[in-house]
Amino acid sequence: MKAKRIRIAWKRDWQLYLFMLLPVAYIVIFAYVPMAGLQLAFRKYTAQGGIWGSPWIGLDNLVKFVNSYQFERVVSNTFILSIYGLACMQIIPICFALIINTIEKPRFKKVTQTIVNLPHFISVVVLVGMLMQVFNSRTGIYGVLYEHFTGQYPTDLFGKLGAFRHLYIWSTVWQNFGWQSIIYIAALAGVDTQLHEAAQIDGASRAQRVWHVDLPHIQPTIMILLIMGIGKIMSVGFEKAYLMQNSLNLKHSELISTYVYRIGLSGVGKTDFSYATAIGLFNAVINLVLILGANVLSRRITDTSLW
Amino acid sequence: MNISQTGRQGSRFAKRRTSRGDRAFEAVAVGIVTLLTLLILLPMINVVSASFSSASAVNAGRVLLLPVESTLENYKTILKYNSVWLGYRNTIFYTVVGTFINVSLTMMCAYPLAQKSFSGRKFLSILFFIPMIFNGGMIPNYILMRDLKIINTLWAGLIPGAINIFNMIVTRTFIQSSIPDTMAEAARIDGCSPTRYFFSFVLPLSKTIIAVISMYYAVSHWNDYFTAFLYINKRSLYPLQLFLREILVNSQFDSSVMNDPDAARQLQGLAETLKYVVIVVSTLPLMCIYPFVQKYFVKGVMIGSVKG
Repeated sequence: MKAKRIRIAWKRDWQLYLFMLLPVAYIVIFAYVPMAGLQLAFRKYTAQGGIWGSPWIGLDNLVKFVNSYQFERVVSNTFILSIYGLACMQIIPICFALIINTIEKPRFKKVTQTIVNLPHFISVVVLVGMLMQVFNSRTGIYGVLYEHFTGQYPTDLFGKLGAFRHLYIWSTVWQNFGWQSIIYIAALAGVDTQLHEAAQIDGASRAQRVWHVDLPHIQPTIMILLIMGIGKIMSVGFEKAYLMQNSLNLKHSELISTYVYRIGLSGVGKTDFSYATAIGLFNAVINLVLILGANVLSRRITDTSLW
Repeated sequence: MNISQTGRQGSRFAKRRTSRGDRAFEAVAVGIVTLLTLLILLPMINVVSASFSSASAVNAGRVLLLPVESTLENYKTILKYNSVWLGYRNTIFYTVVGTFINVSLTMMCAYPLAQKSFSGRKFLSILFFIPMIFNGGMIPNYILMRDLKIINTLWAGLIPGAINIFNMIVTRTFIQSSIPDTMAEAARIDGCSPTRYFFSFVLPLSKTIIAVISMYYAVSHWNDYFTAFLYINKRSLYPLQLFLREILVNSQFDSSVMNDPDAARQLQGLAETLKYVVIVVSTLPLMCIYPFVQKYFVKGVMIGSVKG
């Protein structure tokens, strides 16, 4: 009976399966094989043994990481940076959307929105490059203005440990707040104008209407994006942090992902594939727990889940 | 005529009703938005202006918003700097060929998954969903690429991320919601095979989403440095972003790659200024195209937000 059903399905859908052939092969090779490769975290990598044949050593690598002096540093750096970023990148785009939504000049809105979206398309490399130029203590705008008003050159921000997180987060805000606000602006366009009219007749000011009409309307969107953001906390990127890293800010700029690279691939010091894989696994598991937790939370609170 | 009349009256009526407080509120809003827009614009203007300024003005920190001692010399020098053009050529290759591969694979995957009657739909959806929330990470991926001998070949710029699962799901959602199931049903009854249905109906009706994902993929190829950083260390295969990293972040101008010694000597004094030039040269194409294709990008955000 079952075999017959399969045969009917195959006869009807075989062309669709053919369509899926390449994508499935791709995803199996380039997503599932590396997942199987995570077993390296529990082995001691040898060149001859590779992923499947190196000797097992159990939890040694994970234990070594948790007990190492770097553990606390990279984990807390990762958390602090992403929570700082999450807070800024949630609040600022929402405020911007609410503000721009109150303006009733279509041309003005269109032009400003296009401009604030532009930096989204700047690559990380160029962004970090711009950051270094603009905040150059002698030739950048920052240095020039600082000198103009105080009469002396500022100290180099990139060498200042305390400045790293702010530079990292606020350049992200600069680059992406406009882009992030698109979704809220779109949601705000769906507010029923009758609600506004009714509120106006009752004597509500524009500010009151923002608070009592607009904000509640986008609340579900805010919740979903917040939860998605929580799910991404541990995946704060390698790319920008690595580019901004130097020996002076390493204490704050070494994240789990950059540490994995340093241990496993940088070729500086002793390269240890197994140890680096174990750190990566640690990161991936926490990430998974956060995403699943965020989704459960989402289902409870907003009745919408991501899947 | 009548309608527009009442419309205008209506708006006049509404205008009269806005209180002074509300008008002040809007003025403040305009002020804030203007300020933020300037904050976005000023660094970009500064960079462009510096790229047109003389090296001495840049090094003395005299450039703020307008070019000082404006000159095209910097651009002429960069024209002779081979790395940038090699990088440009490679990036264009990775972007064009890569985007073609991306879009083909994405459509091939999204189309069957969008058919409600497709028998393997549920299992395959899960298969594609899991890698979104869990993956092998940097080292196992690197070992795989090494074992497949992809490292230091052109494939290294094309294969990683050949299907972006998020884009695939967005495409699937689009196909599902914009092409009614009854159409597939009717086509099937009329003896149209799934393949023919794809080429004669789904593909033409998906133009919008194809435009959207092509642009997403193209931008991510153009701006990508991470995959090349991991998998390519042969200079002849470097994409633009890796050369930019050398120049901007590591401050390395390799004067040996200049094709004439005069220019190589010039390079020393120009280093700071040339950084501004390469920023402009590498970013300008996207910035110029963006305003014209903005609506597609925005549409992509909308479709994506409906349900991931």
